Amino acid sequence: MEMTDHALLPVPPTRPWVDVTSRLCKGCDFCVEACPPRVLGFSTDINERGYRYSFYLGDGCTGCGICFYNCPEPGAIVVWRQPADKKEKKVLS
Amino acid sequence: MKDVFKKPDSFYEFFTRSAAADKEATHYCPGCGHGNLHKLIAEAIDDLAIAHRTVFVSPVGCAVFGYYYFRVGNVQAAHGRAPAVATGIKRALPHSIVISYQGDGDLAAIGANEILQAANRGESITVIFVNNAIYGMTGGQMAPTTLLGMKTTTTPYGRKSINEGYPLRVCELLATLEAPVYIERCTLEDSKTIMRTRKAIRKALEYQVENKGFSLVEVLSPCPTGWKLEPIESRQWITDNMVKVFPPNVYKDKPAEPREELPSPVFERDAVLNALGVTDEVASGSGHAPGDFPTHEVVLSGFGGQGVLLLGQLLAKSGMREGKYVSWLPSYGPEMRGGTANCHVVISSKRIGSPYVAEPNLLVAMNQPSLEKFAARVRPGGVVIYDSSFVKTVALPAHIRGVPIPLSEIANELGNAKVANVVAAGAIIALTGMVGETVFVELLRNLPKKALLEVNLKALAAGRQAAERQIKQPIPAALV
Repeated sequence: MEMTDHALLPVPPTRPWVDVTSRLCKGCDFCVEACPPRVLGFSTDINERGYRYSFYLGDGCTGCGICFYNCPEPGAIVVWRQPADKKEKKVLS
Repeated sequence: MKDVFKKPDSFYEFFTRSAAADKEATHYCPGCGHGNLHKLIAEAIDDLAIAHRTVFVSPVGCAVFGYYYFRVGNVQAAHGRAPAVATGIKRALPHSIVISYQGDGDLAAIGANEILQAANRGESITVIFVNNAIYGMTGGQMAPTTLLGMKTTTTPYGRKSINEGYPLRVCELLATLEAPVYIERCTLEDSKTIMRTRKAIRKALEYQVENKGFSLVEVLSPCPTGWKLEPIESRQWITDNMVKVFPPNVYKDKPAEPREELPSPVFERDAVLNALGVTDEVASGSGHAPGDFPTHEVVLSGFGGQGVLLLGQLLAKSGMREGKYVSWLPSYGPEMRGGTANCHVVISSKRIGSPYVAEPNLLVAMNQPSLEKFAARVRPGGVVIYDSSFVKTVALPAHIRGVPIPLSEIANELGNAKVANVVAAGAIIALTGMVGETVFVELLRNLPKKALLEVNLKALAAGRQAAERQIKQPIPAALV
């Protein structure tokens, strides 16, 4: 599997999105197993801490946040449920 | 509903308190349940907007470094003592939200009594109890919660009930108590149970915000390293093994009316001084006792009931009121009733290093055993006042002056055997002048039993007179 490039994250995201900070991941695999739409991958290479790490495959995140609660690392996963710009548009229109 | 799930604000952005080079990730092993729990707690603190008044009490165990992570007040307690420390914090700061966080080795073994008593008092604190059935930090020894048959480094053939007893069920145990309002056991097996735990933690904290009383959430948490399993396997192990022994359930949920508030502690200077009976001059003193005078190191010893401990207290308090440095160290010892009690008193113009008196310059022995026990320790040139009504055999070392005074006989003549200690006080003051008689009399006036005041004052005077007669008597040459 290809490593997800951090630059893939649209800022601000325009659709539900999950961002895994690979350098904080300890490779427990909880998020990958728990993800309902199965959109997280598990690397074959290792990060700077020496662990394999999970990453977003880039498509299909529903923003449910389940991976966030499964992840034991406080800052490793961020999930955008409702993209901020969408909300702003609603307010503007 | 949140727009973004991200690291709660109640975590530090960088864990700069950690000594490790890595200031971004926690020190927990991959798959450890502490991380999940920390996240749930921090999120609840955020959502309830209580970070500014939350105090997190870290345990001994892997979560000992809680203060690296939580951006709240932090105290790290000694092993097993977190609920006792939490009690103190909550009582001193009733408006604070106190979270006591403990593992099973901490809470259910060495701290079993602390948690039992705190729960029984219904302290308005929230206890998070992390149960992973093992001592994780120290390398996987058996804990009180270790399952039967489970292999640990201290039960290499598996825990056997005949040898190590049964897994201790803390929730069930505490739920039998009257005071706790909320006790639930949750687990961290999968997404569903994690969300159940999330709810329980919020509820426990909400109850504290509403001052409802004691709440405890036990969380069955994976320890992949201690269990020698992969993280995913460790979650399955909870499902397959732990929940059968520790069934997740709400064991108690009876939020009563908000708890009756304890009287608020008072920290105002004048109120504290008043409660301590300290004058303003003493309190605002420079820290140096007035004048320079020799340090008195005293051992007071006698039968239990003769009042040697009280005598020591009165002398020390007198010195304190005079602005001197004082210490009072009672020693009860594993003595039988009617045995010998003693205390050490130091009164000095300098700071006192140790309250223990190894070589007294004054010994007051109110019975024979006391004299035999301590006489040899008296410093050369020191004085021994002994109760000649009880002490019949006197063999004092050379260079020590013995002062026989029939303390108990004098007290009996005054009509109350209990005042023998005050007779001794009169003698001590007359012989040494370590404290002033005026301030001592003032303390006698403040004793609770007012009926004894008159006889106490007579006893003090009688003691002084008896000592003065002694001073006038020529000291036998052998004893000089």
